[in-house]
Amino acid sequence: MTPFVDVAFLILSFFMLATKFKPPEPVEIKTPNSVSTKLLPDNDAILVVMDSSGKVYFSMLAEKDPKLKYNVIKNMNDTRQLGLSEAEMKNFVQAPMIGVSFGGLKQLLAVPANDHNKVKQPGIPIQDSASNELYYWIRDAVQAFAGHKINYLIRGDNAAKYPQFKEVLNSFKRNDIYKFQLVTAIEDAPEGTELYRDRQKQMGKK
Amino acid sequence: MASIDSGGGDSGHKKGPGVKKAKKLSTRVDMTPMVDLGFLLITFFIFTTTMSTPSTMDLFMPKDTDKDEEQNKAKESGAMTIILSKDNAVYYYMGQLLPDASNFTASSFAKIRDEIINKRKEVIAAHTHDEGCKKIWDKNGGDQKSCLDKDFVVVIKPTAEATYKNTVDILDEMAINGVKRFAMVDLFPDELMVVQKTEGSYVAPATPAAAPAK
Repeated sequence: MTPFVDVAFLILSFFMLATKFKPPEPVEIKTPNSVSTKLLPDNDAILVVMDSSGKVYFSMLAEKDPKLKYNVIKNMNDTRQLGLSEAEMKNFVQAPMIGVSFGGLKQLLAVPANDHNKVKQPGIPIQDSASNELYYWIRDAVQAFAGHKINYLIRGDNAAKYPQFKEVLNSFKRNDIYKFQLVTAIEDAPEGTELYRDRQKQMGKK
Repeated sequence: MASIDSGGGDSGHKKGPGVKKAKKLSTRVDMTPMVDLGFLLITFFIFTTTMSTPSTMDLFMPKDTDKDEEQNKAKESGAMTIILSKDNAVYYYMGQLLPDASNFTASSFAKIRDEIINKRKEVIAAHTHDEGCKKIWDKNGGDQKSCLDKDFVVVIKPTAEATYKNTVDILDEMAINGVKRFAMVDLFPDELMVVQKTEGSYVAPATPAAAPAK
């Protein structure tokens, strides 16, 4: 039995070291696959999440400098008179993502950030250009990130519909942002295709 | 004072029948609970671990413009339009959509790759070098083959029923087949009508339909 237990503990230590815990998220997203191999940046990024039921969430990845996130909500609070308290603004910095309209922000931020995945969020309104709040979120976040190289990430669920995706793209386009990165899961290039041959060639060169 | 038994002599044999020999303790520890716990942890980590690291796919969109001269022109001979619709349906046609929609073909995600590859081959075969090619050669270090597919343009038109997965899949197909020029635009009303007619969900408008936008 001893070798068996040895192997079991080896596997255990492997998983313990390899595990990276998923940050808690209010929605579960199943991303589509793509052949792209570029890795996901985890800092200096604006992330827009689309879930399967058509809701849109906004998130900023600024772990290295949480002050940036604070600046966004502070600015938002001042310009829109949201009436947030200091504690609520601090809570925003901790919050994984925001999926409420400006009107519902105070109510959401009254809940501690750790419990946000239990709160049902209605999604940020993006339907028509007059009430497109995602546009303002992006605009303020871009201002806050000034001087950084920002990545614009869109993470959509398989079942999200195209019009929703289009509205998200439009919100970015209105901010004069045209280069996006779609978050996907890695998939191999199918054998015999153009991309497959290209990659084989590059492997040969290396 | 108890004397230390040197063990060397024959003291063991001196003990009478009433003296019990000290029981020899086993040094082996029961490992079962530890192994149980180990396996419990393995199961826990296997389930919580996220093995698939997410990747990102670049998507560059053009600036919206209403001006006709700023629109990218595509040669009709090299254009292929792919329409995505509900329940993973894929339709395509080459060049312009004919008034009787006879070149409108139903396909699927499994078959569309071959259609793209065939069309690309066809465009490459029909290619003749013109003044536009020189720029592309310069960019690719004089590689004269690099401009062969320059007229090949794929226009992707997802309907409102298409899912995000469909859109990403077809964009991925562009990367897989090395399509350098592709665009994602909305459907024209006449195209939507053909799609709806094919799917049997077409309802004729009560008022005469306006002329399709160009």
